[in-house]
Amino acid sequence: MSSTIGIIFISVGLAFDVLGCLGLVRLPDVYNRLQAATKCVTLGTCSILLGTFLIVGCTAAGMKAFLCIIFLMLTSPVAAHAIARGAHRAGVKLWDRSVVDKYKADKEGEI
Amino acid sequence: MIRRVILFAIAFFVWCLLTWVPDIQHIIVGIFAALLVAILTGDLFIKRPHVLKHPLRYWYFFAHYLPVFLWQVIKANLDVAYRVLHPALPINPGIVKVKTTLKSDTALTFLANSITLTPGTLTVDIDPEKSVLYIHWIDVKSKDTEIATKIIVERFEKILKKIFD
Repeated sequence: MSSTIGIIFISVGLAFDVLGCLGLVRLPDVYNRLQAATKCVTLGTCSILLGTFLIVGCTAAGMKAFLCIIFLMLTSPVAAHAIARGAHRAGVKLWDRSVVDKYKADKEGEI
Repeated sequence: MIRRVILFAIAFFVWCLLTWVPDIQHIIVGIFAALLVAILTGDLFIKRPHVLKHPLRYWYFFAHYLPVFLWQVIKANLDVAYRVLHPALPINPGIVKVKTTLKSDTALTFLANSITLTPGTLTVDIDPEKSVLYIHWIDVKSKDTEIATKIIVERFEKILKKIFD
């Protein structure tokens, strides 16, 4: 029973990971791509790990999968935040059809 | 001192999970490893350890924050999936500014992480002195700071204020 549910979780996770990669290809600039990368890949990978946890149970591998979920949830937004901030400071432009950039207006001449 | 004890307990717990199933050799090595971590990085850990004592904060965290957060994460994924699969690519991106009333570092970190994992928003930078967050929004609904604050921040701010401040 729990292995069936685990396989369902793994399939859903794989689907979201594929969508996240598709987003990396289709979306126009660094920031939009980061959106796809953080969201889809976080939940996709977490579902795969949760499916693994359900299949193997409280064994050595299962516990590591469970820990990975917590660390992934904590660290992946921080990494996205660091990349976005670094890209903006390094002068990577927003997509030319972006509507507003308050950050650039506020940080003008500070770097 | 109390910070180091808490950090030691957490590090040892994580070590036990990593070396599951526990046996005596792993536990002895784990005690020394956790001790080393606690001595070296204890100063970087939480600034106000007394916050950890209130049971009500845990209740708010697990019963109020986590369900809202998980629901938002699922919604965010469906949102990105919709935008990516739509042939016309319905995006309208921009970086907006929002205000927050949270003060402590932990609360701001959690707020920024929550915003990043909610639909269509990504934290680019935080300015703790001015209490301002810069948010990359994939579908800008309003350029005005007040309205954007209402849409993006308020949902989490109310809960996080109870947990961390």
